[in-house]
Amino acid sequence: MARLARLADSRLLIPVRLLGLTALAFVAVGVFLLLFGKNPLAAYRAIFAGAFGSTYGLSEVVVRAIPLMLCAAATAIPARIGLLNVGGEGQLHAGAMAATWGALTLGFLPRAALLPGLVALGLLGGAAAALVPAVLRWAAGVNETISTLLLNYVIVLLVEYVVRGPWKDPMSYNWPFTPEFSDSARLGLYWGTRIHAGLWFALVAIALFYFVLRRTRWGYEVRVIGDNPEAAVRAGIPLGRYILLTMCAGGALAGLAGMAEVCAIQSRLRPGISTGFGYTGFLVSWLALHHPLGIVAMAVLLGVLSVGGDQVQISLGLPYATVNIIMALIFFVVLGSRFRAARTA
Amino acid sequence: MLASVLEGGIRAGTPILYATLGEVIAERAGVVNLGVEGAILVGACAGFITTAQTQSPLLGIAAAALAGGVASLVHAFMVVTVRANQIASGLALMFLCLGVTSFVGRPYVAVKINAVAPLAVPGLSDLPVVGRLLFSHDVLVYGAYLLAPLIWLILFYTKWGLALRAVGERQAVAFASGLPTAVVQYAAVVCGGVLAGVAGAHLSLAYARSWVEGMSNGRGFIAVALVIFATWHPLRAVLGAVIFGAVFALQLQIQARGVALSPYFLDMTPYLLTLFGLLLLARTQRHTMPEGLKEVFEGLK
Repeated sequence: MARLARLADSRLLIPVRLLGLTALAFVAVGVFLLLFGKNPLAAYRAIFAGAFGSTYGLSEVVVRAIPLMLCAAATAIPARIGLLNVGGEGQLHAGAMAATWGALTLGFLPRAALLPGLVALGLLGGAAAALVPAVLRWAAGVNETISTLLLNYVIVLLVEYVVRGPWKDPMSYNWPFTPEFSDSARLGLYWGTRIHAGLWFALVAIALFYFVLRRTRWGYEVRVIGDNPEAAVRAGIPLGRYILLTMCAGGALAGLAGMAEVCAIQSRLRPGISTGFGYTGFLVSWLALHHPLGIVAMAVLLGVLSVGGDQVQISLGLPYATVNIIMALIFFVVLGSRFRAARTA
Repeated sequence: MLASVLEGGIRAGTPILYATLGEVIAERAGVVNLGVEGAILVGACAGFITTAQTQSPLLGIAAAALAGGVASLVHAFMVVTVRANQIASGLALMFLCLGVTSFVGRPYVAVKINAVAPLAVPGLSDLPVVGRLLFSHDVLVYGAYLLAPLIWLILFYTKWGLALRAVGERQAVAFASGLPTAVVQYAAVVCGGVLAGVAGAHLSLAYARSWVEGMSNGRGFIAVALVIFATWHPLRAVLGAVIFGAVFALQLQIQARGVALSPYFLDMTPYLLTLFGLLLLARTQRHTMPEGLKEVFEGLK
């Protein structure tokens, strides 16, 4: 029995247990759907058919997983020192806005000069949006969860303002969006799908996150703060610097996701460039226990649900919110299970 | 204009006041509930559906209170029994409520209902200025402003209030002195949720008189921040709620007067004002924070 218990606690089994808990969430949503007189099996079939039934569905899973990975990293990096960044949504929009400014004012530049600049702008925009709550936390002790949540509303409203005001496309017949970007500001799409170069950004970012965390002094110090902030401060680790650093690094990645969305998917800035990627990315990070490799897996899982959410809407007339309920329940179940205590990586 | 801003402020401040009072109770017992945002939504949705079905706003308010309480029960279970991270559990509740209400409430978007009607207080509402300002609102408005002193009395002048605050300050000591700390925290969080549900009812049944997905729009988060401004004190929460209500009301006034200021900037003001207030006050209010919350708000873990 003792050996069985140890086996159940072992780190290798974490993915297995996660899978079991995820199944529990599906059962709960099934009951919910039954209560409303809907057939849960049909709903689940539609979700998975939407994602796996065609190459288009599969490619869309990857398309959704790109911003989810980046936004999850935006939560996971500060989470490693114990900060809760819920501002992915705002940081994504800030990055998108910064990249849009670049694309609209420097659109005449050749592609090789413009694109790296737009990447930098996206990173900077996101980092700037995260700098505000970071400074508030560091200098005034303002809780970063509340400040990032509030800033999300502010930044999304700012996007609404610019696309209806100063950056509005004069040819848009009053539709709220900016002019279309020039070709040199577009990220490449691959294989005849909507999968774009943002995929490489996301994978490189996750790999870097993993490497820095495991193999560098920064990563070591971050892990020390995460394990015991008091011991870290006594050991002379500059806590304030890491608050600013991790928040801004996270915000920069969410900003990059925003840049990729406007430069690859939309080719212009408009409201609704993100279908809650920042918030879903936050869930991805928590489901992955803030572990870089887990983030890739969970981003794909929630990507499947997100594509499936479109499918249940089309084929069963169920609202997209169905998959939001599934996601929230998975989050609850994972939070409730005790193995969050087991820190990995 | 000032009078109409103040009058609007009192009306728009009512949901915020209910939510803030509820959060004061929960936080005084040592539990932060970011799920109030979700509980407001659940209340707004349940209240609206019930009223649409039964034509009775009173039943709607009761349903909203019940729904808010049940939603917060989930948070209480996660935090008190499972000991999950308070902030994360609150956010999970918010996501869950957002999903469930947009699923359940979808057929009710654009449905018309029998709204909570204003009820002028006989005699008092005829007073000049003050009558219109204070005594010609709906029942929920009066309820909120009577509830604040009531909660203050209970928290600071009864044995129950003392027990609740003891649990919020030093849970271990309260437990050692024989208080059922888990029961107290459950009760506080559920009470908070009931009030957040009523906040939602005011939003959908009296203020907006309609149901829209995600209609709480961050009011729950503003309430959590207001609790900090109010130094966990129910009477000071009234002042904060009126100020925030006035900001919402001022928006409508400015827009109605056609001032050339983008409505999007006006919409930002409540959030920016909250942030600014947190910046000014977070440090100085720190010593009044219930001890049990320090780890939640400031712990780097």
